[in-house]
Amino acid sequence: MKLNINCIITLVIAVVFASCQYDNYDEPGILFDGQIVHNGAPIGVSYNDVYFELWEPGWQLKYPINVAVDQDGSFSALLFAADYKLVIPEGQGPYRSMISSDTNSDTINVTLTGNRTMNIEVEPYYMVRNANFSSSGRTVTSTFGLEQIITDGDARDIERVFLYVSKTAFVDTRTSISTSELDRGSIGDLNSIRMSTDVPDLVPAQDDVFARIGVKIAGIEDMLFSAVENIQL
Amino acid sequence: MKKYLLVIGIITSLSSGCNEDFLDKKPNDILLEEQVWEDEGLVLSVLTDLYDRYVDIQQLEQWWEFTNFDEAFASNFNNYWRHRFQDYNYDWWSIWDYGYIRELNLFVEKCEAAEELQEEARERFLAEARFLRAAIYFEHVKRMGGVPLILESLEYDFSGDPSYLQYPRNKEHEVYDFVINEMEEIKNILPDDVNIKSRATKGLALAMKTRAALYAASIAKYGATTPQVSTSGGEVGIPASMADDYYQIALSSAEELITQGSYALYRKRDNLEENFSNLFLDKNSNPEVIFVKDYKTKGRTHSFTIEAIPRSLREENIAGGNINATLNLVQSFEYLDNTFSPIKTIDEGTGDYIYYDNPMDAFSGRDARLGGTVILPGSTYRGKLVDIWAGYQLADGSVISADHLGGKAVLPGKTVEEQVVGFDGPIDQLESSAQTGFYVRKFNDPDVGSGQRGTRSDVWWVRYRYGEVLLNAAEAAFELNEVTKALNYLNEIRRRAGFTIDLTASDLSFDRIVHERKVELAFEGHILFDMKRWRLAHVVWNGDYTDLTENPGKADEPSTRVFALWPYRIYDPGNPNDGKWIFKETIPSVVNNAHRFRLGNYYSFISDKIRNSNPLIVKNPNQ
Repeated sequence: MKLNINCIITLVIAVVFASCQYDNYDEPGILFDGQIVHNGAPIGVSYNDVYFELWEPGWQLKYPINVAVDQDGSFSALLFAADYKLVIPEGQGPYRSMISSDTNSDTINVTLTGNRTMNIEVEPYYMVRNANFSSSGRTVTSTFGLEQIITDGDARDIERVFLYVSKTAFVDTRTSISTSELDRGSIGDLNSIRMSTDVPDLVPAQDDVFARIGVKIAGIEDMLFSAVENIQL
Repeated sequence: MKKYLLVIGIITSLSSGCNEDFLDKKPNDILLEEQVWEDEGLVLSVLTDLYDRYVDIQQLEQWWEFTNFDEAFASNFNNYWRHRFQDYNYDWWSIWDYGYIRELNLFVEKCEAAEELQEEARERFLAEARFLRAAIYFEHVKRMGGVPLILESLEYDFSGDPSYLQYPRNKEHEVYDFVINEMEEIKNILPDDVNIKSRATKGLALAMKTRAALYAASIAKYGATTPQVSTSGGEVGIPASMADDYYQIALSSAEELITQGSYALYRKRDNLEENFSNLFLDKNSNPEVIFVKDYKTKGRTHSFTIEAIPRSLREENIAGGNINATLNLVQSFEYLDNTFSPIKTIDEGTGDYIYYDNPMDAFSGRDARLGGTVILPGSTYRGKLVDIWAGYQLADGSVISADHLGGKAVLPGKTVEEQVVGFDGPIDQLESSAQTGFYVRKFNDPDVGSGQRGTRSDVWWVRYRYGEVLLNAAEAAFELNEVTKALNYLNEIRRRAGFTIDLTASDLSFDRIVHERKVELAFEGHILFDMKRWRLAHVVWNGDYTDLTENPGKADEPSTRVFALWPYRIYDPGNPNDGKWIFKETIPSVVNNAHRFRLGNYYSFISDKIRNSNPLIVKNPNQ
């Protein structure tokens, strides 16, 4: 039998391309999003620092899907439809997970069949309350209160509070252009704290800055933050 | 009938052939196990391979590992990222080398059974393998915390159920205890010979014992400041109550080595800077060096000098000048009157620059280890001046420089072009130029040819030396409140560096201990593990964009970015300052992020793959 070289090439190409179509999965397309909240109020954290894990049982090998939590406590992930188990690892975030009545543990069952928005209730050590920002001249001033949420054996003291000012909406110690800080001893009344800091000249010039309050809780690595506020100078 | 005869004949000849073993030939391309274990030379070559697999992070063959922290800058495009990342990844420095551990266990088992070897030789091999096994466990516990202590070779029985091979992690202190006990047991089996440098000796066993005990002690003591860095099962973290016992072991084993008197500080040269750099180069009955990875010209060599040699003196048409010592490190070296100060560039009275006649004057009066560790502008290497200067500064403060090494320009009032920047730079973002204003002298080979690809360098990599043992003793004594002893050991080290005024009890502090190790042991692979065991890493590398500290002697000052110090020449004909030198502190523009060491970095990430194959392994904290 004579083999035609062109015929073989055509066949090979056909097989290669055909298999491309059949071998691959569709990319995950179900949007799972929401916020980390306490009694419905979002909890601010620093970017790229806090995550939680999603585990899908039933597979031979277990690898978590790490979902990053954004500055305002929001998260989103594109996933496959499945039953997931959501776990906040120890030491992640300025909060601890609540016991879910569903699983009787800190694991939360998440069933995804279509897009789903779900807020995750947690217990933070503290909450920043009534954070107000104002500016006069080049001075940014903030007044706020701190409410202690966890008061049982796990209660933690406050180590320091910070007022950060950044050029962009990413606001924490890494991006701050002007920071003022108070240690626990000089705070006084937790319900009414006042901090201010001077904004240096910016290059290139811009007439607004972003600010927020950061709270370092003793013995907890991830800091707690207020919402980011855009301030006109 | 004939057929049958033939068949019978063939069968007979085949079977008789079998009887005479003529198919049973010994292979001539591999050595069988029993052949190896009856020959000392062959056993030694097996052991050599195991020695060769000793694990280091910072090492002469991996110059870039020196640039991850604040000691050195990588003047090399492929490694600029080391100054541009923010967070150390959790899996950085992960190690889980049970393949190597298994081979060491097999070696120990087979060596124990090797009756054909001479008793003395067999005992020594055995002790050496136990040393290497303890060393790799030490490396694991430093990086990962407690790991399963497997001391025998494990075999899978193919039953389909591997769970009997799954061991949980030992406690962190159990692994340190193992290292300490092993060293105690083998120290008297190993030869007590100062001239053995690349194999295990009694001195090495004691040196490793004191280091391991010191690490365990400081983790116990300073771990109390970071209670989150621990697990409930003790896989990570050592109870604070154990600190004193470990400090005691660290001190007593260091003193055992010291009082034995066979090792001493290297003091062969009168010039103290030269003496210090020579300590790492001199292979001729060096009294200080305890354990090395040795190299040999025309045998096994490394390319550290090719990479680290000052750019203007390089012997190849590539590389050179890749490692720049940083201003952070340079300013840490004290004045000889025991005071700390940044390098002085501005006259405090006038606010003007300080005009130095010679660039070296800016660094004079400091610890001799500065010149022995760092190649400073205006100093020599291989007897030749290095050419580090950033340009001319004119009377009006403007600078004339060029964008390539040794570049030329016409100075005002002149007509002919002349050189306006050094052949070693510094030129910002130019690879191989001294972008921080400094190069590294420690381990840099002064022999001509060592910077050539065809020859390369045979300088050895010093893993353990007597100077560190003294510092271990000083630290342990300090922590145990034995002030006199601590001062004795500390001052012995400092006198060798040129200090004439001894430290007194009022000078002694934790900061002093930290500082002394920083300057004595720079570029010797200690920085990461020292900062970890003192729980200082997350304080010093805290991710803040802080300026260079004004207090170089303070242990917990943040140092998250590397800084540079650029020398300029004054061009101002007629002015008395014409031709003098000024210095400007700067930050290489490559450095655009501050390093942050998170609590989860103290013990590296154990991969999900490991935890999938052995669910008994618990995670490290804070990741």
